[in-house]
Amino acid sequence: MVSLSDYLILSSIIFCIGLAGIFINRTNIITLLMCVELILVAVNTNFIAFSHFLGNEAGQIFVFFILTVAAAEVAIGLAILTLLFRVRGSIDVDVTNSLKG
Amino acid sequence: MSSEQIIFYILSFWFIASSLAMIFARNAAKAVLFLVLGFFSAASIWILLEAEFLAITLILVYVGAVMVLFLFVIKMLNIDKSTMRAKFAEYLPLGLIVALIIIAEMILVLGSAQFGLEVMPSPARHGADYSNITVLAMQLYTTYVYPFELAAVILLIAIIAAITLVHKKETTHKKQNVSEQVNVRAKDRVRLVSIVSPTKEEK
Repeated sequence: MVSLSDYLILSSIIFCIGLAGIFINRTNIITLLMCVELILVAVNTNFIAFSHFLGNEAGQIFVFFILTVAAAEVAIGLAILTLLFRVRGSIDVDVTNSLKG
Repeated sequence: MSSEQIIFYILSFWFIASSLAMIFARNAAKAVLFLVLGFFSAASIWILLEAEFLAITLILVYVGAVMVLFLFVIKMLNIDKSTMRAKFAEYLPLGLIVALIIIAEMILVLGSAQFGLEVMPSPARHGADYSNITVLAMQLYTTYVYPFELAAVILLIAIIAAITLVHKKETTHKKQNVSEQVNVRAKDRVRLVSIVSPTKEEK
């Protein structure tokens, strides 16, 4: 039988891969958004594993809402990306430093 | 080793392998395709955890809509490949160190001593008459009906925000305004001016 710790360790590994992807691909905004998606899927796997092992459906409801919010976030993020490309002609993070943050 | 464990380890291998291939892919379109493979593996693992509705939702919404949207944007924008990998090597050691430290800490905390089968036994599988969708719907439309409405509002806001951001004002062609044309009066268009014609001496 697969234990709960196997699922939790799997999702933590996926979480760290997504985190490392954000560190590595710092120049490309599209890959940054994809890494955020990967992190969200890892967190959702955590929720579903606990929901299954505790016999409580609330975890799956939470995953439902996380999926909704993530879809909205991707839609707005890609819209901003398209606008940025139209204004600047590039989607490099280094080019978009006009706020000097 | 039971068949459930074998299936779990195969799916986990593909999930981890496709995620690694995604973050190391040189081409953004290839990265999207690797992420699609990762999402399929994740959905299979969710089915193993008896969350069938969410697994189908992940494939329909994420692979069917969000990933296709990513592919559209990648194909629409002309990304310079040489600038994409400029700082790749610079942050690679830092990213690997942080990721490995977090994985080590997580494995220490989440190991089988805390969440193993002895501490948290695997629940009995549901029968063939169990419906995951019915159980979720009973919760969603009773206890969580207010957050459900809020989720709908969030999606509406996302639609409006995305359209407002990307919409271009049309300046390339002229349109006729029908109500203005119907309501026009003769005095708006024609102005009668009395002009005194100059005499020969004034010229």
